[in-house]
Amino acid sequence: MQSVGFLSRDRIVADVGWSRWLVPPAALSIHLAIGSVYAWSVFKLPLHETLKASGLQSALPFTFGIVILGISAAVFGTAVEKRGPRWAMFVAATCFCGGLCVAAFAAEIGQMWLIIVGYGVIGGIGLGIGYISPVSTLMKWFPDRPGMATGFAIMGFGGGALIASPWSSQLMKWFGTDRQGLAATFLAMGAVYAVFMTMGVLLVRLPPPEWEPAVVRTAAPKSPHAAGPDRTANEAIKTPQFWLLWVVLCFNVTAGIGILERAAPIYRDYFPHAPSKAALTAAAAGFVAMLSLANSLGRIIWSSASDAVGRKNMYRLYLGVGAVGYLALILAQNASKPLFLVVCILLLSFYGAGFATVPAYLRDLFGYQEVGAIHGRLLTAWSTAGVLGPVIVNAIADNRIAAGVVGPDRYRWSFAIMVVLLLIALACNELIRTPQPPISVAAETDARESASVSAVEEG
Amino acid sequence: MSEPSNPNNKVLGVLSWLWIGMPFTYGVYELVVKIPALFAN
Repeated sequence: MQSVGFLSRDRIVADVGWSRWLVPPAALSIHLAIGSVYAWSVFKLPLHETLKASGLQSALPFTFGIVILGISAAVFGTAVEKRGPRWAMFVAATCFCGGLCVAAFAAEIGQMWLIIVGYGVIGGIGLGIGYISPVSTLMKWFPDRPGMATGFAIMGFGGGALIASPWSSQLMKWFGTDRQGLAATFLAMGAVYAVFMTMGVLLVRLPPPEWEPAVVRTAAPKSPHAAGPDRTANEAIKTPQFWLLWVVLCFNVTAGIGILERAAPIYRDYFPHAPSKAALTAAAAGFVAMLSLANSLGRIIWSSASDAVGRKNMYRLYLGVGAVGYLALILAQNASKPLFLVVCILLLSFYGAGFATVPAYLRDLFGYQEVGAIHGRLLTAWSTAGVLGPVIVNAIADNRIAAGVVGPDRYRWSFAIMVVLLLIALACNELIRTPQPPISVAAETDARESASVSAVEEG
Repeated sequence: MSEPSNPNNKVLGVLSWLWIGMPFTYGVYELVVKIPALFAN
């Protein structure tokens, strides 16, 4: 299964002297575009007013998008690995921008179901393929700093909403929010993202075979976090390590969604006193903005730190301190606003970091061979958490509100559940060990090590 | 293989980082201006 011509792997093997620092912008041009899915909420009110979509209906394009992201990453992961990143980025751009064009047509004719199909299903396939498209390539270019490399790309996915939220609001101000205005907005987004993502398609390169950066050649024997023995995706999913990490990712994401899902209402319930209603709304918007920044920056900062500290230790931090953070929110309630803000910033930075660090963790466990495909399969944990998190938080909060509970007590039980989930994930993380290599790989590795020892001795 | 020294690479590097950096900076700016309201009262 090889792609041919312009999109093939052979056409994108880098020449001598090609800078590896050109690969992160290629990856970011894909992730910044597809990350716009997180800004979907800006369309909910216009769709409600113009197409008479219910709250549930107007949320479906986003929900389908995230669920299809996980499924398509799992289904197409092996194809992405075999056909290469340019093919994957091209397909991702085509599906994502094509989905926006279908949504534009649907808005024009006033068909909400077609917006769901276009944005959620067709666009969702683009999200899944685009999300995993640069991951293994980045780690091959940065074997000395895989956490930082994937942190860059996955920070882009968090950062995509920062751009899309004000930009799409501005487009709707220009074009209006009637059917034609919404259609023009979706169409403009599809066209601009197509141009934006094309840079990534053109720029991405694979390292030549046997290439490694100078820093790795000199420091390899001291490298504390070497790649694990190569495993195929089918072999990896039969190991307990894969499923332990699946639980870790799923519960870490679920815990982050515990805050993200209802960030503005949580702020208003914790700190309801403000000079005016407008001031409270502005403060809640500031809180949401600050969490978005923490989510995005946590991806690059903590993931980069994992290259020095180790992946397992970083997840101990995300999960252990995360559990303590939720506990602090339950116990301290609204006694201290600075404490509340610091804890929420940390929780959201750990949420983002969980996504960004996991590809390098997979590399540590299963090697480079099919790390993109394995990552794709692991993202089903995200889809699961995307359903689980909102259900837990919304169901409990709605129930407490119906019971007449006010203030921070509305979230006590959902936060307590988050503490338990994080502790389970912490236990799973402790159980993860690098799997033993298959016998043939072990023999090969022994042979390589003997050869390299001889070469060093000869040198 | 040595690290890059090709001048074309440097130009391409600057352009590609600007390509993604400019919209990202716009997004971060739009977000940061909302944060002071959080500490206004």
